[in-house]
Amino acid sequence: MKRQIIDKGVHSTFLLIALFSIAALSLIMVFLFIEGIPIFDQITIKEFVFGQYWYPTDDPTAFGILALILGSVYVTILSGMMAIPLGIMTAVYLAEIAPPKVAEIVKPIVELMASIPSVVIGFFGMVIVAPFIQKLFNIPVGLNMFNASLMLAFMAVPTICSISEDAIFSVPVAVKEASFALGATHFETIAKVIIPASLSGICTAIILGLSRAIGETMVVLMAAGGAAMIPGSFFDPVRPLPASIAAEMAEAPFRSEHYHALFAIGIVLFLFTLIFNLFADYLSHKFRQVGEASL
Amino acid sequence: MIKKRLFMQKMCFSFLRMAVLINGAALAVILYFILSRGWRAISWEFLTQAPRDSMTAGGILPCIVGTISLCLITTFVALPIGVASAIYLNEYATQGKLVRIIRLGINNLAGVPSIVFGLFGLAFFCIVLKMGVSVAAGGLTLGIMTLPVIIGASEEALKSVPNTYREASLAMGATKWQTIRRVILPVAFPGIITGSILGLSRAAGETAPIMYTGAVFFTPDLPTSIFDEVMALPYHIYVLATAGTNIEATRHLQYGTALVLIVLVLGMNLFAIILRSKMRKKLRI
Repeated sequence: MKRQIIDKGVHSTFLLIALFSIAALSLIMVFLFIEGIPIFDQITIKEFVFGQYWYPTDDPTAFGILALILGSVYVTILSGMMAIPLGIMTAVYLAEIAPPKVAEIVKPIVELMASIPSVVIGFFGMVIVAPFIQKLFNIPVGLNMFNASLMLAFMAVPTICSISEDAIFSVPVAVKEASFALGATHFETIAKVIIPASLSGICTAIILGLSRAIGETMVVLMAAGGAAMIPGSFFDPVRPLPASIAAEMAEAPFRSEHYHALFAIGIVLFLFTLIFNLFADYLSHKFRQVGEASL
Repeated sequence: MIKKRLFMQKMCFSFLRMAVLINGAALAVILYFILSRGWRAISWEFLTQAPRDSMTAGGILPCIVGTISLCLITTFVALPIGVASAIYLNEYATQGKLVRIIRLGINNLAGVPSIVFGLFGLAFFCIVLKMGVSVAAGGLTLGIMTLPVIIGASEEALKSVPNTYREASLAMGATKWQTIRRVILPVAFPGIITGSILGLSRAAGETAPIMYTGAVFFTPDLPTSIFDEVMALPYHIYVLATAGTNIEATRHLQYGTALVLIVLVLGMNLFAIILRSKMRKKLRI
């Protein structure tokens, strides 16, 4: 009898602790809004999101973050253009054609890529890649959108690769064998059977990879150049959302307009990644494969 | 016809191999530059002294100690909560709305950008809970950020415990809690530790969450309590590379600090990977 009471108590305790993650997520939202909302006493949401000028310390001040949003979006798209093909191709190679011995080497490489701290990658972009591309393309500044995207792609590849690999790996062997039996080559099977069958998993991988890129701070802080203007070319310096927060928080007086505006940028960034993650979650549940039946 | 198709296959497979080579080359280039330029800065003095002459000379001892103390607080926060959450999700929970919501919460927490954790830590731990910029505030912020990784790793470890273990223990008349404590946790323990070390190594390299919650530009003193502010390796790299008085002159210190951080992080990873492969061999027998 006593044992059962203890058991019930333990059960509820674990449930309470498991709710901690939701509590933390809610607290994060609450505090972003508490500190971010006051800026909208000064300007409207529309002026904030679509305003072209970000002069937080000038007189008069201007708190328009369009240039920062576009900076983030462009950098993410450009890094996606590099990381998505690389990540998926590596995943296909690992799951389908790598001999076990080679896979034993390639897998740790991908894991190592994921484990290098972002500040080191940002530092590398700053001191090695910047002078290199400055010379290579003969441009005035090496710290620009292209540099930051390249570094971000390096960070997004492991995420995209490992999640896609799981998806490709989970395609039932029977489906693959059926394709072989019809006379398809290995490559035709990959392109026309395996990839379509694991498409929802691959899409989830892409979304999570891009979500990581858009939220990454140190790389864009150190390698993107930091100019708060709408970029006209790949080689213009940009100032994505996370970089603005990280660079300016130190100089923003406590609970000033600038301080509240930076928290409001935090809200925008949070909503961006929240939407990405909810969408990834929706995709992976909606199109979850249960054996061959759902193909 | 078949020849053409096989040629096509050969060509596309070599594209795939090229993609793998590009990844490997990128990793090799980064490691090469950090290693070859960093090792010259490494000396006994560099590892055991505080920075001198407004950070243009001396060592990085306060940064190493700071990063380790932040990591310790992170462990104290994230490990118990993470393992307990995983036990609930894997051992107690039945599929339903509540579990779906908890999982959604964990997934979204994992996706929150690191700088947003920093903002939250600043507003909540530093200001509302009046911790100020301190090891405690920075460690708590990192702890919440690491939580989803530890939950995921622990769940994976719990899942790998065969169901027959649970059934055998329950059949002997043990309660669920006794089964978890005496049968399941001991078997899952190495897996939990491996995954947790991987999560903590990521926390050790993070900069954005501690920029405004735990780490400061310069403090020569080692922390004596959890409410002291500290220097940290990742933040030190950022500061030296972007805001130092003489950025070019301290370049070797920047490479050196980056090398120490990479060795710390990869060392933790390597330790975890060796632990994992040892454990796998043990399970196979």
